[in-house]
Formats: sequence, C-alpha cells, structure tokens
Amino acid sequence: MSIFINKDTKIITQGITGKTGQFHTEKCIEYANGKNCFVAGVNPKKAGEKIFDVPIYGSVKEAAQQTGATVSVIYVPPPGAAAAIWEAVEADLDLAICITEGIPVRDMLMVRNKMKEKEAKGGKKTLLLGPNCPGLITPDEVKIGIMPGHIHRKGRIGVVSRSGTLTYEAVGQLTELGLGQSSAVGIGGDPINGLKHIDVMKAFNDDPETDAVIMIGEIGGPDEAEAAMWCKANMKKPIVGFIAGVTAPAGKRMGHAGALISGGADTADAKLAIMEECGFKVTRNPSEMAKLLKAML
Amino acid sequence: MKIHEYQGKQILKKFGVTVPRGIHCTTVDDAVKAAETLGGKVWVVKAQIHAGGRGKGGGVKVATSLEKVREYASQILGMQLITHQTGPEGQKVRHLLIEEGADIKHEYYVAALTDRATQSVAIMASYEGGMDIEEVAHKTPEKIVKVFVNPLLGLTDEQALTLAKGMGMNEASIPQCIDTLKKLYTCYMETDASLAEINPLIHEGDGTVKALDAKFNFDSNALYRQEEIVAMRDLDEEDADEIEASKFDLAYISLDGNIGCLVNGAGLAMATMDTIKLFGAEPANFLDVGGGATTEKVTEAFKIMLKNTKVKGILVNIFGGIMKCDTIATGVVAAAKEVNLSVPLVVRMKGTNEDMGKQILKDSGLPIISADSMAEAATKIVAAVK
Repeated sequence: MSIFINKDTKIITQGITGKTGQFHTEKCIEYANGKNCFVAGVNPKKAGEKIFDVPIYGSVKEAAQQTGATVSVIYVPPPGAAAAIWEAVEADLDLAICITEGIPVRDMLMVRNKMKEKEAKGGKKTLLLGPNCPGLITPDEVKIGIMPGHIHRKGRIGVVSRSGTLTYEAVGQLTELGLGQSSAVGIGGDPINGLKHIDVMKAFNDDPETDAVIMIGEIGGPDEAEAAMWCKANMKKPIVGFIAGVTAPAGKRMGHAGALISGGADTADAKLAIMEECGFKVTRNPSEMAKLLKAML
Repeated sequence: MKIHEYQGKQILKKFGVTVPRGIHCTTVDDAVKAAETLGGKVWVVKAQIHAGGRGKGGGVKVATSLEKVREYASQILGMQLITHQTGPEGQKVRHLLIEEGADIKHEYYVAALTDRATQSVAIMASYEGGMDIEEVAHKTPEKIVKVFVNPLLGLTDEQALTLAKGMGMNEASIPQCIDTLKKLYTCYMETDASLAEINPLIHEGDGTVKALDAKFNFDSNALYRQEEIVAMRDLDEEDADEIEASKFDLAYISLDGNIGCLVNGAGLAMATMDTIKLFGAEPANFLDVGGGATTEKVTEAFKIMLKNTKVKGILVNIFGGIMKCDTIATGVVAAAKEVNLSVPLVVRMKGTNEDMGKQILKDSGLPIISADSMAEAATKIVAAVK
C-alpha cells in the first residue's frame, strides 16, 4: 500500500498543453506505471486532440466521466489556478494536486471556503494537495508532480514536507542508506493550502506499509505544532522532525509565501521544541535526517 | 509589498473610511504650504518611511504654528530615522505627511489579516490602541477581541458589533465604527492586502471615528491585478540588492553573516543557512536560485552576493532534480570565471549526473572545494574562511 495514490490511480492533467504541464507530464508518464495512470488532459480549446497519446477533454467533469479518473494534477498558471482547483472539486474527484506557484492568497481563501461549504452541505469531499508543491510519489508505482523520480526507492518510510528540494534531500538520504519510501508528499509552501502535515501524518499512521516518517517543516504558521500535538496522542510510528529557518530573520518572507515569522510560535526553535515534547526525534542538522531515522528502526 | 502611510490613507479614504485631511510633500517649503492650505491651528508633521515605531524615533511632531511646521519639517526631512524596525542604521526620510490635528478622545487598535489556521480573514480590535500590539497581545491578550470572517459571507453586522463592543468603542460612535470595520474589510479583500492595520483608530469629541494611521502589506502574488497598488511602490524603501535580484527571478535577502549561500529551493536554502550556523558561522544571505540554475542566473547571484563586502566565502548547494548536476557545474564554473571569484567556494551537488558535475568542477582549474553532504559543505566553508 501507500498513501493517497498507487499504481492503479487514474489521473487527469489540467494545464497539460502548457509548457510546464507538457514537460512534467512526459516525465510522469515515463515513470513506473505512469503510462497507464495518466489517462486524460483538459483544455477546452483542444478537446478531441491528443498529447503523448493522452486524450484531451473539454472539462474535468467530462474527462472524469470518460476515463474514470479520480485524481487531477494542476499546472494551470496562477490567474486561473484557483478556478482549476474548483473545477476538479465540482467534478467530485477524490484528490486535486496543485503544483502552481504564485496563486493570489485571496483566490485560495475563496476556493478553500467554497470547498468547505460544499462539504458542509453534504457534497463529496475532494482533498487538495498544494498549491505551490512538488506533488507526491509512490515509488515504483506512480509519480504525480515535478520531483525527480530516479532518487526514490520503493520501501517503508514516509516523507512529508512543505519544501520541494528538502523533500528530495530527505528522500536522497534515505535511498543512500538503503531505506526506500512508501510515499513522499510535498504539501507546498503557501499559507492557504489543502492537506497539512497533520492530514498526511494521519494517512501514514493508517498505512500498514509505512514503518516510520520524516516530517519536515519550516518557519511560519501553526501547522507543524498542530501535527505534533496529534502525533503525541495518536501516532504509533517513529518520527524524525526537522524545521528549516532557525537563522531566518523575523518579518521577512523567505522565498515561500508562507515562510514568514510573524509571531513567537512561528519560529523554528518554537516548533522544534513542541515536536520534541511530542515525542519526535528532532534534529537541527538536516544532513542527518535519514541517519537518525535508521537508528530508530 | 508595503506602502507609505499617506498612500494607505488614500486607499482607506477611497473605500469610505474617515481619515484626517492631509497633504503629502517632499520639501520643507511644500510642508509649510500644505499646513497653510489645510488651515487651522494644529498640524501633525509625520515622517513617511515603511517601518513602524516612527513616533518613538522622533519622526512624528505636533506643531502649533507655521514656524513650528517649518522647524519640524526641516528636522525630519532627510534625517536617518531609527526605529525598532529599521535596524541600527535607520531609514532616510524622503517624504512627509502634513495633517490637520485631531481631537483625540481615545485611541483604539484595529487590523485585518489572513488567518492560516482557520483559512479566513481575522479582524482584531482592542481598546489599547496607539501602542505596540504585540506587547498588548503578550501582556494582556484578553484586551484583544478577534472575529474570523468567512470570505464567502463577508464581515457580518453581528461580527462588526462584537468587535465594536469588544474594543470598548465610545457608545455614540458604535454605528460609525461598525461602518468603518466593514469598509476596512472590503478594502482588505479588494486590494489583495495581507495586512491592513489602523493604529490608532480614534473617536473625537463629536463622536467621529477616524483612522489616524494606516499600515498595509500586499500579497505579492496578486500584484499583477493591482495596478493602482503597484504604482505606489517606493523602491527607495526597499533593499537595492533584493530589487536587483528580483529582476533575475532570484529570491534574495541579505543577512548579517559572512558566508554567502546559493541554493535551489526555499526550504533547502533555509536548511543550508541553518547548517552553516550549526557549524559555527553565520550566513550572509538567503538566496533561492529557483528551478533553473542557468549560467546567467548563477553569475548574477554571485555578483549580488559579492556586493556584500562582508562575504568571505560562498557555499553553493544544489539538489539537481530536473536540472542536471553537469549543467549546474558548467554554470558555476562559468560564473566563477566571469566574476573572477576570489573568495573560497564550496559546491555541494546532489542528484542527476552528480559525478559528471564533480568532474567538471575538478577539471575547471579553479580552487573549487567539493562536498557530498550539507554538513560537509558547511564544515569546509567555515574552515576555509577562518
């Protein structure tokens, strides 16, 4: 098993005809079972055409109906990205993965609240991963997103992070030590997003094929602390934790829109302290994440 | 993106919030003329810089005659205003706001900002206006009242009333306060703000509710659709190197240490800085070169880092995913040659074609030090600069 996706997942690509969408769709199709997983693309102007042998439909709804796809990945540029997320939600998909970086916060506020309203009214719940994330991968099965596939190995360690390259760093270290991954999930660097650390930790906890987890966070926001509290009470598996940004000055946005210290609880030190209190093995040295984890198995 | 107080007040006024009459100026003569135009007997001369704490730093003065307006304007204009937000070197005052005096009966605090946890807009208000709100939040959190606005519904009458009562607003001023709060919310949403703060919001002797200050931050992701806001950008208030870096799509922030770092990805960049500190030195900057570490971008990144004379060594940390290590190595070598790099350079590359990349560095004839892990890279650069 794995979390959220596996070799049988059927995926729609929104923004498949754009430069970024094309580039990464090709890489995803080449990876493991990708050829069978990526079954549809969406572009109202190019419906009926094909790209990499993948049929293009006029809408997400139509693509889902025609192919049975339950997951979509979004590469649509920022001005239209929130609308693309909403289209996936309206089509009642299980999961929408938004790679797009730079979506206005107001757009995300609106779409997230529309999603919550739909659920509250009894509508189907669609999970959202991202935006501004690398996506997720279940090694040797399927890769959805922009991460380099070849650094991954199939195995039993879960990885979750807000940062793309830090996810790769953790995965690279694990693979080097002979530890494969069950799934690696990038939840993205934006302040208003979908799945949070806590949601991914819950999924790893429930996954019988995940033995331990590396959880990586960064400065800004309450998410890591919330996840840590939940883990303290519920998590049955060992966790190694790292928070980036001990050296980040307050009030400055460190690349990611969400990486900004605006209060005491936002700092890396505060988060590391809470995680340690909640039973994580925390480290201030990001080079030893995998080594620490191996020692705990 | 930040703007000046006088611009913030223009925006508030446009959305119907009452603000004092005021005139923006950049010379002492114009300041006196502005006071004449405004009329009355009391004026406030206010330094316009992007940092807060201007009053405490001597950047806000109340004048009771035109002579005093002239005196204060000449003192403030051109001064290096030092506040708790400017750093020790302060910020040069290039703009003034001359305002009519206000009949302040009480100072309140109100602000709108995006709340990540509830994915809503939080509106905060307090009876304790005119002071540092973080201090209030720390010492007497019960004095801050907060509501969370669902953006699909907007600020409701009930929520606005809760805020007005909770902040202890003067009874007779409550209707106008509710109106002001609603306008502040509308303004926050329509301008794509990430912070809109009025500190203080006052009520006057006749009950009028007025915004005596205005502090805005805007979501940089939304600037493409906020032409009016972008036109208010004041590059003099921003770090010149950060502006230069943004032209090349590099996210750069200068810091106080002596080790420059160039990394791909914001999270890895922070982790690299943290590792440098862990091994006994301080990073000179945050620099995220992004997905495409091309020769041009790496060259510009080197140039920007080296402008900082404190930089005694550079650490490059690239996780080559889609971008291959040999391409990156070629870029680093070309950039180092172009800028005649004279400080020690440690390069740590991971990922696709790692060995080819290392060979290119080795064959370059440049004294580039290779490292396998972040920890090794940090150890080597710290040793090289000592």
